[in-house]
Amino acid sequence: MSIKLGVPSKGRLMEKTFDWFKVRGVTLGRSGSDREYAGFVGGVENVELVLLSAGEIPRELAAGHIHLGVTGTDLVREKLGVWNSSVKELAPLGFGHADLVLAVPAAWVDVSTLDDLDAAAAAFRQVHGFRLRIATKYHRLVRDFLRDQGVADYQLVDSQGATEGTVKFETAEAIADITSTGDTLRANHLKMLEDGLVLKSQATLFGSSVVPLEGADRETMQELTRLLQVD
Amino acid sequence: MPEKAAIRAEAARLRGAFEAAGALPVETSILQPAEVLLDLYGEDIRGRAYVTSDALRGEQMLRPDFTVPVVQMHMAHGAEPARYTYAGEVFRRQEDDPERANEYMQVGYEIFERRAPAASDAEVFTLFFELLAPLGLRAATGDIGILMAAVDGLKTSDRRKMALRRHIWRPRRFRALMDRFSGRAPVPDSRAALLASRDPMAGLAPLIGLRSEVEIAARITALREDAATPPISDNEVALIDAVLEVRETSNFALERLRDIAVDMPAILGAVDRLAARLDVLSARGIDIEALDFEASYGRTQMEYYDGFVFGFHAPSRPDLPPVASGGRYDALTRHLGQGREIPAVGGVIRPGLVVTLGGHS
Repeated sequence: MSIKLGVPSKGRLMEKTFDWFKVRGVTLGRSGSDREYAGFVGGVENVELVLLSAGEIPRELAAGHIHLGVTGTDLVREKLGVWNSSVKELAPLGFGHADLVLAVPAAWVDVSTLDDLDAAAAAFRQVHGFRLRIATKYHRLVRDFLRDQGVADYQLVDSQGATEGTVKFETAEAIADITSTGDTLRANHLKMLEDGLVLKSQATLFGSSVVPLEGADRETMQELTRLLQVD
Repeated sequence: MPEKAAIRAEAARLRGAFEAAGALPVETSILQPAEVLLDLYGEDIRGRAYVTSDALRGEQMLRPDFTVPVVQMHMAHGAEPARYTYAGEVFRRQEDDPERANEYMQVGYEIFERRAPAASDAEVFTLFFELLAPLGLRAATGDIGILMAAVDGLKTSDRRKMALRRHIWRPRRFRALMDRFSGRAPVPDSRAALLASRDPMAGLAPLIGLRSEVEIAARITALREDAATPPISDNEVALIDAVLEVRETSNFALERLRDIAVDMPAILGAVDRLAARLDVLSARGIDIEALDFEASYGRTQMEYYDGFVFGFHAPSRPDLPPVASGGRYDALTRHLGQGREIPAVGGVIRPGLVVTLGGHS
């Protein structure tokens, strides 16, 4: 047996994760060609690197297929119900910062807060005969947030990419998406609502709470958490 | 978790009791068109119901309750007055609490009746009270109609009253609106700047999306009118708070509400309806001096109850959801009836919880 560590399989998130582990004496790397999703681990015995899409890591942790995993807090909270019963946050990694925010057209000078959005949504429904559409891929997070805030008369429409473009293409009136600087929002003539921050997210090392650790695996995990200085 | 067979037997017993009380047994489909439910409850229902879809019929929901299909059935071809009963599974997502069932039986009793609403309210409640008596449950009652009447009676603009009415079932937003309309919450800087601007539409960013310049201008006009509307007085805020705080046994609650009505005559009609209901309940043998009444009861439920509301809870098992709940939903029939309406009241019992609590079957 071995401890399975899930890491995003490509891009900056993967590279920065490798850097974060390297500083702590654990070398991670991809083996073989760039197209092959296999990896190696150095500096500690019996740890297996599993390269996965960041979006799949929450479910793999919750299912107990991997012991440790690096992914965004946004993805864990969106994809797992009662997330803290199946995974635990071990360490924020200090990169991959992204805020999930609600944004509306910058031309909506009358809408700056959720209170405004709620009122505009009520009026929009009267005029157009359907509920104001908010495009997002974070359905659960956005719905829970808007319910807690008491916003009504909206609907979520699914958008798995290029969400900022949906308003211009008139498939949505507003959006809820990840932004780090707000540049993409501005470039698409959108603005964030003042109190529209749904969640602050960053890359985080999570541990699965559902896999029992036995024998050698327990020792490996202790060694690894000592090296990484997490608990 | 009790056996399914025991739960089915209990459901059959309860439905039999409702039939004996004069109800016609009805069936509804498990798959319900999602559009109707979404239109009614908004996006929140997606967090509570299972949605599925096919390429022909589009989105369907696994029946999250019976009320909507039973109302539709009645509005389409029901005789008046009518009493219906049903028993079957409902499906609710429970993503925040793994202990709660996501599939369970409900047995219901619904009355569609134009005359004597107090008598219908009391009929449903008494029937439930008697059927559940062996379980030693605590009955809670309330009346959303009183808060609605209090809002309608505020000396302020119709637009503000409409905004408050729209959020009767969302206490947090209702409170935020009251704070804003009464001048207790500061005006956000962005709003103040907008109102101070002579021509807020000047230099507008490129307008994208379906919401038009006319709609933006209309809201700015509405905001200007609102800014010129005097704040809701401290006295009226205190009266709304006083209504919301009423939490006594029914006889004292009625007395308290009558006191409030002296300063807020708008609620007199609703308070008289409560009094009439208590009279019938009393005549039917309910001890109203032991019956709890909370004016804010039912405000966080699904937003179709607009009058009498009730629930039965197990005091020894605070972890369990209510064993039974119900209320009056006149506005729902108006909404689903497309112009037609009929006063309606009803409720459901969860036979699974009756069995869990050691009820007979």
